[in-house]
Amino acid sequence: MDWIVPLILTVITASTPLLLAATGELITEKSGVLNLGVEGMMLVGAISGFAVTVSSGSAILGILAAIVAGMLMSLIFAFLTLTLMANQVATGLALTIFGVGFSALVGSGFVGFPLDPLPSLSIPVISTIPVIGPILFSQDFLVYASIAIVIATGWFLTRTRAGLILKAVGDSHDSAHAIGYRVIRIRYMATLFGGAMSGLGGAYLSLSYTPMWAENMTAGRGWIALALVVFATWRPGRLLAGAYMFGCISVLQLHAQSAGVNVPSQFMSMLPYLATVIVLVIISSDYTKIRLNAPACIGKAFRPAQ
Amino acid sequence: MIRLEPRRSHSQAMVYLSPVLAIVMTLIVGGIIFAFMGKNPLEALYTFFILPISDSYGVSELFVKATPLVIIAVGLAMGFRANVWNIGAEGQLTMGAIFGGGLALYFYDSQSVFLLPAMLVFGAIGGALWGAIPALLRTRFNANEILTSLMLTYVATLFLSYLVHGPWRNPEGFNFPESRPFPDAGLLPIIYDGTRVHLGTAIAVFVVIAGWLLLSKSLIGFQLRVVGKAPQAARHVGFRQKRMVWFTLLLSGGLSGLAGLFEVAGPIGQLQPSISPGYGFTAIIVAFLGRLHPVGVLFAGLIMALTYLGGELAQISLGLPSAVTGLFQGILLFFLLACDVLTKYRIRVGSVATKGGAV
Repeated sequence: MDWIVPLILTVITASTPLLLAATGELITEKSGVLNLGVEGMMLVGAISGFAVTVSSGSAILGILAAIVAGMLMSLIFAFLTLTLMANQVATGLALTIFGVGFSALVGSGFVGFPLDPLPSLSIPVISTIPVIGPILFSQDFLVYASIAIVIATGWFLTRTRAGLILKAVGDSHDSAHAIGYRVIRIRYMATLFGGAMSGLGGAYLSLSYTPMWAENMTAGRGWIALALVVFATWRPGRLLAGAYMFGCISVLQLHAQSAGVNVPSQFMSMLPYLATVIVLVIISSDYTKIRLNAPACIGKAFRPAQ
Repeated sequence: MIRLEPRRSHSQAMVYLSPVLAIVMTLIVGGIIFAFMGKNPLEALYTFFILPISDSYGVSELFVKATPLVIIAVGLAMGFRANVWNIGAEGQLTMGAIFGGGLALYFYDSQSVFLLPAMLVFGAIGGALWGAIPALLRTRFNANEILTSLMLTYVATLFLSYLVHGPWRNPEGFNFPESRPFPDAGLLPIIYDGTRVHLGTAIAVFVVIAGWLLLSKSLIGFQLRVVGKAPQAARHVGFRQKRMVWFTLLLSGGLSGLAGLFEVAGPIGQLQPSISPGYGFTAIIVAFLGRLHPVGVLFAGLIMALTYLGGELAQISLGLPSAVTGLFQGILLFFLLACDVLTKYRIRVGSVATKGGAV
């Protein structure tokens, strides 16, 4: 049973970046904006967080830099799609292509730098309880933050006035505008929140999950986060479950080899991607469920009548 | 405040002017980035965009790099017109290389003249099959083709890696993750001596012409244009969206597979873990830059091919990281999307004109 605690710990660290990025995208999409640039924003967040942490020696500064970098990336997206009304799908793809190139360029000077992972916040006494202690009370603070944020998101969307306004903007921008809400401004804020969370998710990868920088280190996690939002049918509670399920799958591939499963490593590495496809198929085939939960105006440009 | 004022009709001039504007703006921003990196901007831009094509060999390399970009982008452009977002061309390219290349490896001592044509067919089938999966999932299960086609790209790349590390590794090699070299009968003939320009380049030109005819003269081409511009009208007259999804994904998948086969049977000559520097993704930009039109794609493919050549040269002579290429490609697409706004809207600076009549 010695292996089970470290296994659960790796599942938690593997799930956290997905959860962070997907929570941000959920809010963005709830406002009616589809930002496909999550992968690019995560990469830029990852390199910004890593570079600033290495240069300044402060992980807090690094994390802040990643958040700001993610927001700047999403600001480019928001300006193009919300102000200039460019196609959201194409702009999201451009954001990812740009993010891959930009992060690789900035990161070329940081390949191979060692970094200590984020310190875990061991809560005195209770973190020494066997099994439960290390799993529940001895994580780094971003793990706690990610869970707190997803719970807060659920509360925000269902229990607050601002959350209801956000959903109204995503479901019917014309009605929301007619009642007097500033559709474009609200969408800007939701998109910026998405960028901040993607940046944070990227920083978690480069500062804690694998404390280093490598080109394209997100390896499709941004796209998996996008799929998770659909899987969760835009509900934060299901998002939490989904992110941890995917964390399990990606850890499975790492541990199967050492457990003596005789399958070539490449096939194990395919698992998260295949699981994403399968999960998307299962959820999407229930057409009414998607219709009922998807923001009705997702991906549609809005131009206020003057 | 910046305001957008709708034009009465789309500006045709802006449709063609927008790529030019975007390229100029990218060059300006590129110069600024080079200056930030401590290089002389003019010298760096010269090295990036002029020097690579300053001799005839350089120009021939431009054709070699443009070949896969143009072939893939012609297919993607058809899909984008009908709002079918195949962004997994890189995976379809890889599957084409595996299918066609696998045939060459199976008949590795063949001298048959039929080997190469069979490889072309297999390559196209491999890519089309990989494109058929997102088509099936979209039409049958309503799953978003953007996400499924991209996920399948990772699967295809890993599968190729497995093959060249395992069953298809060259038994006479030095344990490198590479296949046997293809037999001469399985290599594309060089069509211009002293260069690497191969038969695939000629086929790329043919693909452009065929794509143009398809789009302008055929019923399905007409349907593609209508579905993209007026989906409601298209439904009304009974054009079936599902057929568009199948057609565009099979077509773009098949063309991507063909492009992948051209790479392994042309410049590379064997299977190896990495067979493309992201042609499948760059082709997305090529399709937009070429205005989703086959002839435009031809020119756009040459321009984007230049960013690869320039990136390689800048890496060697200026010590710039090769990632600069990707950065430029991303910036170009941003500017292009921004400039495209001008085809539908005029930009007005200032407050709303109706107040007091001042403009």
